[in-house]
Amino acid sequence: MPSFDTIIIGAGPNGLAAAHRLATRGAKVLVLEAAETPGGGAGLSHLSYNLDPRVEKAMNLSAHGLEWQATNLATTALSPDGNHLRLEGPVGARLSGDLSDADRLAWEALRARLLRFAAVLAPLNQMPPPRIAKGAGNPMLRLGMIGLRARMLGAADFRELGRILLTNVHDLLDDELSDPRLKGALAFDATLGGWLGPQTPNSVLPWLVRLSGQMAGLQGALGLPKGGMAALGTAMARAAEAQGVTLRCAARVARIIVEGERVHGVALVGGEELRAPRVVSSVAPKTTLLGLIGPRHLDAGLTTRARHQKARGGAAKLRLTLRGLPDFQGANPQDRLLIAASEHAVEAAFNPVKYGRTPDAPVMEILLPTAHEPALGGKHWLSAIVQFAPYAPPDPDAARAEMLAACRRQLEAHAPGIGALAESAEILMPYDIEDRFGLPGGQWHAGELSVEQMLFLRPLPGIAQYKGPVQGLWLASAGCHPGGGVSGSAGWNAALAMEADG
Amino acid sequence: MMHDALVIGAGHNGLVTACYLARAGLKVLVVEKNDWIGGAAVSRELYPGFTYSNCSYVSSLFRPEIMRDLELPKHGLQILPYEGGALFTETGGYLGMFRDHEANRREIARHSKRDAEAYDRYARDILRNCRLIRPMLMRPPPDLASFRPRDLMELAWLGRQITGQSEAQIYDMLRFWTMSIADFLDEYFVHPAVKAYQAVGSIIGTALGPMSPGTAYVLLHHAMGDVDGNVGSWGYSRGGMGGITQALTASLRASGGEVRTGSGVAQVLVQNGRAVGVVLENGDEIRARRVISNMDVRRTFLKHVEEKELPGEFLKRVQRFKTRGSSGKLNIALDGVPSFTALPTGAPNIRGDLHFTDTIEKMEAGYDDWKAGHYSRDPFQDVMIPTLIDPTMTPPGKHFMSCFVQYAPPKIEGRDWTDADRDGFRDACLNQIETYAPGFKNLILHVEVRTPRELEAEVGLTEGNIFQGELTFDQMFFNRPVPGYANYRSPIRDLWICGSSTHPGGGVMGAPGRNAAAAVLRDMKHPTKDMSDAYAIV
Repeated sequence: MPSFDTIIIGAGPNGLAAAHRLATRGAKVLVLEAAETPGGGAGLSHLSYNLDPRVEKAMNLSAHGLEWQATNLATTALSPDGNHLRLEGPVGARLSGDLSDADRLAWEALRARLLRFAAVLAPLNQMPPPRIAKGAGNPMLRLGMIGLRARMLGAADFRELGRILLTNVHDLLDDELSDPRLKGALAFDATLGGWLGPQTPNSVLPWLVRLSGQMAGLQGALGLPKGGMAALGTAMARAAEAQGVTLRCAARVARIIVEGERVHGVALVGGEELRAPRVVSSVAPKTTLLGLIGPRHLDAGLTTRARHQKARGGAAKLRLTLRGLPDFQGANPQDRLLIAASEHAVEAAFNPVKYGRTPDAPVMEILLPTAHEPALGGKHWLSAIVQFAPYAPPDPDAARAEMLAACRRQLEAHAPGIGALAESAEILMPYDIEDRFGLPGGQWHAGELSVEQMLFLRPLPGIAQYKGPVQGLWLASAGCHPGGGVSGSAGWNAALAMEADG
Repeated sequence: MMHDALVIGAGHNGLVTACYLARAGLKVLVVEKNDWIGGAAVSRELYPGFTYSNCSYVSSLFRPEIMRDLELPKHGLQILPYEGGALFTETGGYLGMFRDHEANRREIARHSKRDAEAYDRYARDILRNCRLIRPMLMRPPPDLASFRPRDLMELAWLGRQITGQSEAQIYDMLRFWTMSIADFLDEYFVHPAVKAYQAVGSIIGTALGPMSPGTAYVLLHHAMGDVDGNVGSWGYSRGGMGGITQALTASLRASGGEVRTGSGVAQVLVQNGRAVGVVLENGDEIRARRVISNMDVRRTFLKHVEEKELPGEFLKRVQRFKTRGSSGKLNIALDGVPSFTALPTGAPNIRGDLHFTDTIEKMEAGYDDWKAGHYSRDPFQDVMIPTLIDPTMTPPGKHFMSCFVQYAPPKIEGRDWTDADRDGFRDACLNQIETYAPGFKNLILHVEVRTPRELEAEVGLTEGNIFQGELTFDQMFFNRPVPGYANYRSPIRDLWICGSSTHPGGGVMGAPGRNAAAAVLRDMKHPTKDMSDAYAIV
């Protein structure tokens, strides 16, 4: 039986990125995945918007089966009367549809400014968060460069960045734009995967983080892999194995073995023990600390903080199988289709979940994969990320049914006749996502990506630099900096931190 | 005759600025559009024999060093601390609050022993954050983009303040400033009423709900005042809130300053890019070496300064300065003391702040109504009967009740408030109180209802926002009122701003007024030795 010096829990993008990096530097890595196939939460999302360029390059994913259906997917903001607005190019570089000149000009300026700001913040994604302490070994030069580039935006822009950093999406959009479809689409994107509405204070910063991502070198672009995002996970697994990483699926870790104040390996469900001096967990930090390590081996304070870490999921995943391709009133079926009539609609969809209820008119992002690649047997399906859904409603089954009904109403309103085409419908609520993917609360970023849980506060103050609270434990999850999406950044950053640690 | 300084608006900040300048030897004139002085810190006899604090109604935040500098107690100011209050629960009980920490703890323990234990930790953490923030109140914020020595030194000072704490404390502080009060309270307490009561100070005057990030900061803003050194405690100004502005006026006059009522300003006179005085509504011109506006920035620059005198970028930013009102008031003359069913006879809590919103969710639902352009169907109220402590405002045995209500939007579904809306708003509030104090309505002699509509029309607060601008980070500190102008200046030479639209924001604090005066004196190279330093010891 080969011996490993590193065990990685979770074959999601972060686990695989970390595995690959460590293996290229000579580590003997074992990756353990609870599900039957690798990929983790990658299959939950629709599109790639922030795959880490370091990861993509080093893992050479195109050589391991990753092909792109589209690398700059357009978005259509749907209107029930067919008067759609199409956002082409990254983050709506070009808008086609019925739109005032004033809005076009205003959007052009706002878009440029937001992308500029996001670009200034982008280098932070590829660094461990600094510590606010003397002698902390912060990469002062790199941080200084970020500050300098921010200041070099010019006094007016620099001040504007200081102003909007903690403002809300609704006000930012409403100050500049008037078209409800445009504001709705942007408000939807800004809050996608989060537990917040457009009027929630501090909502602009997570949006800037989203905008700091890139696809094929184009900031803000959206990529659709052939075979969907699950194919991205598969390619990463192949790349890791090609690098010498051992990947075991259907191997659920029950606990991390801690003896004498340090980590010694893991024990699987069923009892099998696997020993290694380093354990990297790409599972949500909350689960890692409270479930796999356990309060017995942690400070009481840390245990309390971990329990309080906010991981409220607000997104549901809908899948319909269809007899034919639905018609969204003439919208291009290959586009990413958005149902988000206005910024008010997004806010109205968020309000009920604060009380554990479902919205009457959820907003959603729709993909029709068979519009790109026909499936065998002429079947079609629709995949939608629906917001917002409650994460702990009083009656989970009733909430699921209500949500599904509300989704079907929305779809029928925008694609009349779709109900008749549907053969089956399944919706995963946040609590279903928790059960199936192990994400606490069904939270897509394995911990809310809100300002009070970002950077040196992510996942918790004191353990934000990937080093776990127990000797030999490392954290490399989307719940760590820089957060979610299918980026591999946390995993890569963690691997670098492990190398620097010696 | 030319005045050295002309202050527009006899609200409390304008009067504070005027007092400091007068004490420094300047000839100061304050012009006020209303016939009465005080802005939103007023006492008015709106029903024969009854004095109402019909806008602001409690004092805590008024800076003690300003009170001392301007000798306000000598000129009649007296703050009477009140003992505590009560939150009435839907099930017919109540959660009391007491000024005394131990009494408070015992009362919380009556509802939740666990929460009583957490209360010590909670109070300590809040106090620590107060200590950190208070010195920053009295200092003008730095301009982030500037390389001027003053701004760099201020940034360095701030940096030292923050990094002077331990690393863990710094992170806690940053989390506190960015969290919602609901999330913050969840880290300490379990009982819904305990959380609801603590959350009260986090939503007062804001266009936010308790689940909105940033409300933990607002709580701090309200908690960092004190009465006689008791941090976080509140009191009634004897004679109503007008007692504060009357004392300020007396102090101003004693220093040679002048206040002219019934003198609304039509426009600020600008010549060659300099403010040289004002034109009143009646056409009179008054010349001054400098003009200082106590009106909110939107009113000042969008209504009373010619557009061509202001840079386009500045104007745009001022237009976007958020002043959405979220509150209203009911001011009620009562024929006797209402009897709250849940309170034991003789309980002291009736002399404090009374509330009926017993869960965070209900508060948040009220905010959702506001977002939809309605007043809250189940309103949040902060009810007080100051006359139970202050005998000077009403005939014996009769009382004045102040009801501060949220939420009330500046417009109802985008259109102006009608009298019918106002009446519906009034009824929702009165019916709520009646539920908890049956027979209350029979005691009512007179009700004055004020929605954002009235607050704007009568007091001059744009959209009825009681803080002259929302207290969210994008408009606070170095962003208040607009980035680059957090120093009490305007783009026009010799035109200054001194109201709550400036740092550190609203509440009856006086700090903006004092800071503006300091900035003017510094600009004149006049020593500020008569101004006490920020109250650095808690």
